[in-house]
Amino acid sequence: MKNRLIVSVSPHLHKDESISKIMWMVVISLIPAGVAGVFIFGQGALWVILLGIVSALITEWIIQLFTKRRVSILDGSAFLTGLLLAYNLPPKVPFWLPILGSVFAIAIGKQVFGGLGQNIFNPALVGRVFLMASWPKYMTTFTKPLNYDAITSATPLAALKEGKVLEHISHWNLFWGIRGGCIGEVCIFALLLGALFLFIRGYISWHIPITYIFVVGLFTYIFGSKSVFTPLEMSTAQSGIARFLTGFSGDWLFHILSGGLILGAFFMATDYVTTPLTRKGQIIFGMGCGLITAIIRLWGGYPEGVSYAILMMNAATPIIDRYTKNRIYGTK
Amino acid sequence: MKKFLNEFLKGIIKENPTFVLVLGLCPTLAVSVSVINGIGMGIAATFVLLGSNIIISLMRNIIPARIRIPCFIVVIATFVTITELVMKAYSPALNRALGIYVPLIVVNCIVLGRAEAYAQKARVINSLFDGLGMGVGFTLALILISGIREFLGAGKILGYTLFKGFEPAFVLGMPSGALLVIGLLLGFFNILKNRRT
Repeated sequence: MKNRLIVSVSPHLHKDESISKIMWMVVISLIPAGVAGVFIFGQGALWVILLGIVSALITEWIIQLFTKRRVSILDGSAFLTGLLLAYNLPPKVPFWLPILGSVFAIAIGKQVFGGLGQNIFNPALVGRVFLMASWPKYMTTFTKPLNYDAITSATPLAALKEGKVLEHISHWNLFWGIRGGCIGEVCIFALLLGALFLFIRGYISWHIPITYIFVVGLFTYIFGSKSVFTPLEMSTAQSGIARFLTGFSGDWLFHILSGGLILGAFFMATDYVTTPLTRKGQIIFGMGCGLITAIIRLWGGYPEGVSYAILMMNAATPIIDRYTKNRIYGTK
Repeated sequence: MKKFLNEFLKGIIKENPTFVLVLGLCPTLAVSVSVINGIGMGIAATFVLLGSNIIISLMRNIIPARIRIPCFIVVIATFVTITELVMKAYSPALNRALGIYVPLIVVNCIVLGRAEAYAQKARVINSLFDGLGMGVGFTLALILISGIREFLGAGKILGYTLFKGFEPAFVLGMPSGALLVIGLLLGFFNILKNRRT
């Protein structure tokens, strides 16, 4: 009995969690979306995903070997970066595109800053934005869903930006993922399944994703009445006030279900490293992401703004953290 | 003679204005899109540096300390005007490509920095070699940066396409690409420096 009495310093309650376990759990939660993407876009999508993951792992290994740091390619973080990057690519891209994206994501997005936990920006999104700025031709050529002959088609958001009317896409099509888009972003059902798993296990909290999606929905409802589902009534010549008065009729559900919003909000805006620590800060982060996404989608040059929104708010994270510090108990 | 050689060489490696002193980044970021632009900018800046270093060194005993910066600026601006007029007359295409960055050599911090930190205290002959070294160092740095950017960002070197089927990364032709290349080169040279010590 005497030997069983262990005296130790606090904390006495241990949680069976580690960075590596959390990373692998997020990977598991992303599997349904990948399966759905491969089903919708065909075998090519699978190769993009595999290339993304393998080159991310190899890059991490080479850099850690070269800089004589502990090799930690099995902690899941490089795997997750490669996976997320591939999910952010169109299904039919040349084979070197996911490779270069992963190399850039790991080398410039993460290892240059000192590895896991030190990076300012979400590595997968850094890779995506690099590819987008470098080879826009490949990054904006999307294939038709459920048609394995690689017929190109616009994403719903790109069609909306060009002012086209797409009658044949319903909200249900968007929900199940029957649309053009990136591999991992199309099937909302599968993404929500994964997100629910993370919620139940407590790996992500509601603060960032829900505020993010809510703000996008609210803004597109107020200002986004130029929807694909209604014919174009307003010319761009109309003044801002007239636009505002005819507002409050935007198709908010379309905006929430299309593009990469669900993927971004649940899996990339919730990255532990690059987002605020406090609950208050996380709500500000989510609102900022939502605002920038809605502004880019409605008035910006690109049809989609999720990746830029998250990266911009990543840059604002240190200052958000500074101003939302929790009051230490007993101090003013 | 060896002393002058050292004055000249320190600007190229040990005190390279771009990679060690980290001066003059504004023109570096802006004009390093192609090697031709880089060389043109480098030669223009070298000429201004050489001229202003010599003149300021000659006048170092008569310039009152309290108004030295305006005096330096007048000297530098004179040489910049000469450069710009010559460039306009003999190489209008280069002048158009460099645009506003030629007159902006007036406020280039390498030129003003050498006047303030070196020429106003040193002998004429030393200032001459210092200006020449700094100018050559700046030119070499520009050639390195613009070579990387032109090759990866446009697939060309000096305007000639090297490989068929090579798909350049547009981002390196943009200002963000210049920041990336300069940042990585700075890191690389710091690694080399740390290795040696």
